[in-house]
Amino acid sequence: MRALVWHGKHDVRIDNVPDPEIINPRDAILKVTSTAICGSDLHLYDAVIPTLQSGDILGHEFMGEVLDVGSGVGNLKKGDRVVVPFPISCGSCFFCGKQQFSLCDNSNTAEKADMSETLYGHQMAGIFGYSHLTGGYAGGQAEYVRVPYADVGPMVIPDGMEDDQVLFLTDILPTGWMAAENCDIEEGDTVAVWGCGPVGLFAVQSALLMGAHRVIAIDHYPRRLALAKQLGAEVLDFREVRVWEALMDMTGGIGPDAVIDAVGLESHGFRIDNIMDRVKQATFLGTDRGAVLREVIIACRKGGRVSIPGVYGGFVDKFPIGALMEKGLQVKSGQTHVHRYLPELLRRIGEGEIDTTFLISHRMPLEEAPEGYRMFKEEPNECTKVVLKTGH
Amino acid sequence: MRDDCADGSGGGKSRALKFILGIGALAAGGAAIAMSRKLSADRGDPNRTLFGDGPLAAARSGASGDYAESTLISRAVTINRSRQELYDFWRDFTNLPRFMEHVRSVTPLDGTRSRWVIEAPAGGTVEFVSAVTEDEPGRLIAWSSQEGADVRNSGRIEFIDAPPGRGTIVRATIAYDPPAGALGRAVATLFQREPKLQARSDLRRFKQLMETGEVTTSQPRPTEAAAA
Repeated sequence: MRALVWHGKHDVRIDNVPDPEIINPRDAILKVTSTAICGSDLHLYDAVIPTLQSGDILGHEFMGEVLDVGSGVGNLKKGDRVVVPFPISCGSCFFCGKQQFSLCDNSNTAEKADMSETLYGHQMAGIFGYSHLTGGYAGGQAEYVRVPYADVGPMVIPDGMEDDQVLFLTDILPTGWMAAENCDIEEGDTVAVWGCGPVGLFAVQSALLMGAHRVIAIDHYPRRLALAKQLGAEVLDFREVRVWEALMDMTGGIGPDAVIDAVGLESHGFRIDNIMDRVKQATFLGTDRGAVLREVIIACRKGGRVSIPGVYGGFVDKFPIGALMEKGLQVKSGQTHVHRYLPELLRRIGEGEIDTTFLISHRMPLEEAPEGYRMFKEEPNECTKVVLKTGH
Repeated sequence: MRDDCADGSGGGKSRALKFILGIGALAAGGAAIAMSRKLSADRGDPNRTLFGDGPLAAARSGASGDYAESTLISRAVTINRSRQELYDFWRDFTNLPRFMEHVRSVTPLDGTRSRWVIEAPAGGTVEFVSAVTEDEPGRLIAWSSQEGADVRNSGRIEFIDAPPGRGTIVRATIAYDPPAGALGRAVATLFQREPKLQARSDLRRFKQLMETGEVTTSQPRPTEAAAA
């Protein structure tokens, strides 16, 4: 089959690789119809997430048609159209039982789980196409993909809904939704969202649906800010204003009740701390750039909520623990428990409450995926989301 | 190789260390006699062993001189199944190769003794006879290699109720003497950490198998999975 293969930093190619096959009873093989490039794929593209190996197939946002199922998959049949959550979940461990699907104890492999246990104290769950820390699974930017524990993850899509309407159920829509949910929004709340990429934009939509009085979105790409505005947010361009001062002015000095860091470990910005972080990241003295994380904590009102959907992998220098403690902030974070949100979000899309297709700036064949990565990386103003179509 | 990435090593070195690992975890091997006596003293009170000498002994093993000649491993894992179910599966030793990476087969000889065949470097195997030394249904199993084993080893697995609704805490304590001779000792010293690594992954596979019914793999095809 054809698949998008990582060869090194800023070097991804479409290669011929062998087709996947059923191994375990609870496996399914999917014929991929649509797959997207995620902002977090750019962290892989930029080689800032460790343990990626040359030859790995990327992609954790994908959907398609069931081609084959193992003997243990009773809920899917050949021909079903499904979306697949990006975290792999066994459905039977303590964490899956608590609906914390992205914390699954069994979906990383016994050998690779050691890496994250060493890094984080406990093992991470498996994730499709996202380095060997998360199991080394082949991703879905390919013609076919093996889906383990397929009786738990994939959700069947009703006829009449287009791929483009439901593809983002795999990651970015539930991720934006959970980011807003983690804000525990109360009546009258102001929510500030840093980063108007796909997750940030879905967080804007979600926070408004959850009853936020106002949402303030922060970025520096005009097109992304325009999209946030179109969704109902007030916007700040951090190149034009001092973010903290603007937020205090807009909220009468109180600060946003909840803040969302939808940027993560590769934050932009020209403040001195971020420049230092860039140098450290480039020289491996530190791993994660933390300018946004610092800013959200400093801006959040006393007793407010900090939601972190942005991806971090290692350590941030100068973490403002003093502000966190003295202002009594609550922090919620984590990879998204996608499975938990699928039925409700599918319903909201079906009823027209949530629009997903506004985000897509480029549709291209899988064969052109390397160009898609390049554009998403280098032209973030114009390129808000790339959807790849296989030739099936 | 199941996984090049997990231990970051390759080639002959890796094979040598996996041999050591295998012996450590599989045989769940033996702090030798002194250790098994010490462990036996904890019998009878599951809570005592949970917070008692076992884990502390393991935590100390890096620095302690007591077991300098042996390797001692202890690790606990919580499995979302009942004590009895887990005990029953483990007590049927023919199941062990399903989750112990380097155990090729375990053949019962009688009610307490079994013959273990372990994978060795370069496609060879090592065999020894192991006997059950303690057996409390639903609670614990301990075993020890018999006279004449090239690698003296012993192991003990305990099944302790986790808080209500949370399954069972399974603690494996494994001890073994490095292969005899200067070479064996040198290799064992070199890869001192590795038996722990193997024990960890064997226990993870046990948990996967018990909770999900299968051993998780990220391989794309059965051929790679079999070769792994």
